[in-house]
Amino acid sequence: MSNAGYVRIALILGFITALEVSTYYVDFGPLFLPALLIMMSIKFVMVVSYFMHLKFDNKLFSMMFYAGLILAIGVYSAALATFKFFLN
Amino acid sequence: MAIIERPASNVALPFVDAPVTASSTFGVLKRPVAATGWKSWVFTVDHKKIGIMYGVTAMFFFVVGGIEALLIRLQLAAPNGKVLNADVYNQMFTMHATTMVFLFVMPMAAAFANYFIPLQIGARDVAFPRLNAFGLWALISGGIFVNLAWFLGGAADGGWFMYAPNSGPVFSPTHGVDFWALGLQIAGIASLTGAINLIVTVLNMRAPGMNMMRMPIFSWMALIVQFLLLFAVPVITVALFLLTFQRNFGATFFDVSAGADPLLWQHLFWIFGHPEVYILVLPSFGIVSEVLPVFSRKPLFGYPFVVFSGAAIGFVGWGVWAHHMFASGLGPVSVAVFSITTMLIAVPTGVKIVNWTLTLWGGKLWFTTAMKFSIALIVLFTVGGLSGVTHSVAPSDTQQTDTYYIVAHFHYVLFGGAVLGLFSGFYYWWPKVFGKMLSEKIGTWNFWLMAIGMNLTFGPMHILGLQGQPRRMYIWTEARSGEGFFNLGFWNLISSIGAFVIALGVLLFLINVVHTARKGEKAPLDPWDARSLEWLTTNPPKEHNFDVIPTVHHLDEFFHRKYKEDENGAMVKLKSAEDIMAEQERNADAHIHLPSPSYWPLVLAFGLPVTAYGVIFSVPLAIFGGIIILFGAFGWGLEPATAKPSDYDPPINTGDHSGEVVAVG
Amino acid sequence: MHNEADHNAHGSSSGISNIKLGMWLFLGSECLLFGGLISTYMLYRGRVSQGPTPSQVFDIPFTSVSSFVLLMSSLTMVLAVSSAAKKDDRGTTLWLVVTALLGATFVGGQVYEFTAFKSEGLGFGTSLFSSSFYTLTGFHGVHVTVGIIMLMAMVGIIQRSEFPGSKAETIEMIGLYWHFVDIVWIVIFTLIYLIPV
Repeated sequence: MSNAGYVRIALILGFITALEVSTYYVDFGPLFLPALLIMMSIKFVMVVSYFMHLKFDNKLFSMMFYAGLILAIGVYSAALATFKFFLN
Repeated sequence: MAIIERPASNVALPFVDAPVTASSTFGVLKRPVAATGWKSWVFTVDHKKIGIMYGVTAMFFFVVGGIEALLIRLQLAAPNGKVLNADVYNQMFTMHATTMVFLFVMPMAAAFANYFIPLQIGARDVAFPRLNAFGLWALISGGIFVNLAWFLGGAADGGWFMYAPNSGPVFSPTHGVDFWALGLQIAGIASLTGAINLIVTVLNMRAPGMNMMRMPIFSWMALIVQFLLLFAVPVITVALFLLTFQRNFGATFFDVSAGADPLLWQHLFWIFGHPEVYILVLPSFGIVSEVLPVFSRKPLFGYPFVVFSGAAIGFVGWGVWAHHMFASGLGPVSVAVFSITTMLIAVPTGVKIVNWTLTLWGGKLWFTTAMKFSIALIVLFTVGGLSGVTHSVAPSDTQQTDTYYIVAHFHYVLFGGAVLGLFSGFYYWWPKVFGKMLSEKIGTWNFWLMAIGMNLTFGPMHILGLQGQPRRMYIWTEARSGEGFFNLGFWNLISSIGAFVIALGVLLFLINVVHTARKGEKAPLDPWDARSLEWLTTNPPKEHNFDVIPTVHHLDEFFHRKYKEDENGAMVKLKSAEDIMAEQERNADAHIHLPSPSYWPLVLAFGLPVTAYGVIFSVPLAIFGGIIILFGAFGWGLEPATAKPSDYDPPINTGDHSGEVVAVG
Repeated sequence: MHNEADHNAHGSSSGISNIKLGMWLFLGSECLLFGGLISTYMLYRGRVSQGPTPSQVFDIPFTSVSSFVLLMSSLTMVLAVSSAAKKDDRGTTLWLVVTALLGATFVGGQVYEFTAFKSEGLGFGTSLFSSSFYTLTGFHGVHVTVGIIMLMAMVGIIQRSEFPGSKAETIEMIGLYWHFVDIVWIVIFTLIYLIPV
C-alpha cells in the first residue's frame, strides 16, 4: 500500500472519529448506541486490516488474532450476561 | 550461530565448527562460553537442557506438594486432629493445590513439551530459544516467590481459587495472598512466553513433509495446550492484578460494602480455571496416545479422531466454566446453559477413551511400566470423568458442592489422569532423555503402589463426600461421623493410609532414578521399537538433535523407516534403528548452527521477583526491579539471537548473513 | 556454501516469519487481557458509592483530541514501517520520532486527566468506578509508554546500524504493537467515554 493510501485511511479514520464525537453533542435517539458500536468496529477493522496489513498478510495471522478477539468477546459477554448486564 | 557451550560429543562429529571466543556484542555482558559445569546449564538455550531443568524443578515441587498433602492427611486421619492448627491447615491445602497445579503438573508438562516437540517435529530447537530459557527462569522465580511467604508471616490461605472477598486483607491479613498473586503472575508470564514459543515452533518449524496430520499425537496435544495457555493466562492475569491492586493499593474491586460483586472474581478465575483443567490433563493424554500404540504394536486407533477430539475439548473447554459456580446463585438460565455444555464436553473425552481402548484391542500388548501407567490412566481417568458427568447435573452438583466428593472427582482426573500420564512418560522416554533404562522391577512396584495408593486415598472420598464431609475443614469430630459402612472415621483413616502408599510409590520412583543414574543399564538405540521421530537420533539426543533434518512421508515416520509392507499386507521389519542411525550419520549436514547461549533471560527473570517483592513491601524496590527488567530487555534486544560470524575464530562464511539484530527471540 | 534453510535452527516450514507469528499470537492473547479489564469496567462503571460519577468528571472534548492524536500516531507509525521497508533510514528515524512524540502527547494528556480527576475527588479507591477506570486506562497508558520506549530505543539502534533498512522487521513488530495499543483505545474511547452510564 502506498503512503498516499495510508493517509487516505487516516483521513477516513479521523472523519469517523469526528462523527463519533458529534454523537456527544447531537441527539441520535435510538440510533445512538448501534451507530457508535458500528463506527467503533469500522475503525478497529480498518486499522487492523490496513495499518497492520492483516488484509494482505498470511491468513494464519488473521486466524490467531481473531481467534483471541472472538474468544474474548464470547467469554466476557457471557460472563457479563450472567450479571444481567445486557438487560437494562 | 554455532555450538558454543555444548561439550563435544564423543562420537566424531560430522561437522566442524570453529572454536568460539567471547563475543563483543552491543550488550554489557559478554556471551557465556562455558562448555561444562553449572554455567553450561544456567545460561543454556538448548531446549533439551531447559526441558530437563523444567522437569527437575517440577519434581522438586511435586515432593513439596506431596509433603503438604501428607500433612493434610495426617491431620484428618483421626477425629480432632492435632497435627495442624486451623490457620496452618488453611495454608497447607491452599499451597498443596497451588504447588501441584502451577508448580508441578504445568512445569512437568512444559518439560515434556520443551524436550519433545522439537524432536518430534524434526526441528533443531524451538523458535525463540532465549525466550524459552526466560520461561524456565521466570517459572522458578515465581515458584520460589509463592513459597517465600511460608517464611515471611504465613503462606496464602484462601484456597487455590482464592475466592473474594475471603482473599481480602480483612480475612487474610498476612502477606501470603500477596505473594501468591504476584508469584503466580510471574509463573503466568513464563506460561505465556512458553505458549507463544511452542506454537510458533510447531506451526513454523516442522520438518519437510510433516504436515499437521502427520505430526505425532503428543505434539498435537501439547499444541492445543499452548493455545489454551495463550488465551487463558491473560484472564488470570487480570484477576490477579485486580486482587493485588485491592490488597496493596486500596482498590475496591471485591469490596462488597462499596457495591462490588465478588462473583466477578469467580468468573475471571474460572474462565481461566476451566481451560486450566485441560491444560493439566491434555499433555498426559498426548503421552498416553504415544505409549499405547508402541506397546500394543499397532498404530493409534483413529488418529484424526484423537486429534480433533483434543481440539474439541480445547474449544468447548471455554464454555463450561460456570459449572464451578452452580451453587453461587447464577440464575436458572445460566445454570441450564452451562449444564448442557458440560455434558457436551464429555463426548470428545469419551471419544479419546474409546480410541485408546481400541488401540489396545487385538494388539500384541507389552506390559512395561510405561504401558501399565497408561492403562491405569484409561481406567482411573474414566472413573473421574464419570463423577465429573454427575457434576454437570446441576441439582446433583448443588448437593456435592464443597464436599469431599468434589475432592475425589478432581483427584481422579488429575492424579488418575495427569499424574499417571506423566509417570508413563517418565518410563517411556527416560532412555531417550538420559540414555539409560529405568529399572522395570522397581518401576512395577512404583506403579502398583501409586495405583493402589491413589484408589485408597481418593476412592473413599466419594463416600465421605456423599456422606456430607465438607472440604477445607481442618477437623472432623467423632460425634457426627456416622456408623457402620459409612463411618467417616474408617474411611478417613483408609484415605490417609492411601496417601502414604502413594508417597512410598513416589519414593520408589526417586530411588529408581538414583539407582538408574548410578548403575542403570545403557539404553539401546530403540528400546521400545518406537514409532515417532524423536527416536531418529541417539540416546540421549545429539546437541543438534538430527544429523540430517528428516523428510517425512508418513505418520509414525520412524516406524515406516523400519518396517515395510510385504505382499500379504503384513508389516515386516527391514531395517534396525542402528542401520537408520548409521545412514543419518553418513549423510550428516555439513554445517549445523545452533542458537547461542545468553545471560539476558536470567537477568530479566531475576527482575520479576524483585519488582514483585517491591510491590508488597517498598515501592522504590519495585522501581529498582523495573530498572533491572528494562536493563535486561535492552541487553536482550541488542544482543543478536545468534552470535555474529566475526565472533568466531576463524570467522565463518558471512556471505549470506547480515548480522541482523533480532529484538525478540 | 549452504542455504538459509539449514543455516540455522530457525528454518520455517510455512515460509512466514517466526517473530511475526509470535507477535500476532501475543496480540491475540492481549485481547483477553484488555477484554477482562474492559468487562470489569463495564460491570462497575455505574457503581459509585461515593465521589464523582463518570459524566461528572469526563471531559469529552479533551479526550477526543488526545484520541485523535493517538489515532494519527498510527499513521506516522505506518509511514515509519513503510520507510524502513524502503531502506530509508532517515525517513524511518523521522517518523519514529514523530510517532513517539504523538504517543508522549497522549500519555501527557492522560497524566493531566488523572491529575484533574484526582483533584475532583476521584481517588483510586474512591469507588468501583474509579478503581476500574484507573486500572483499565492505566494499563493502556503503560502499554503506550512501553511502546514509546521501544520507539526511542529503535531510533538509537538505527543510528548505530551498519546496513540501511536492516531493522525493518523489528520496526514492523513495534508497529504491530503500536497499532494494537491504538485499536484498544478506539474501543476504550467509545465504550468508556462516549457511551454514558
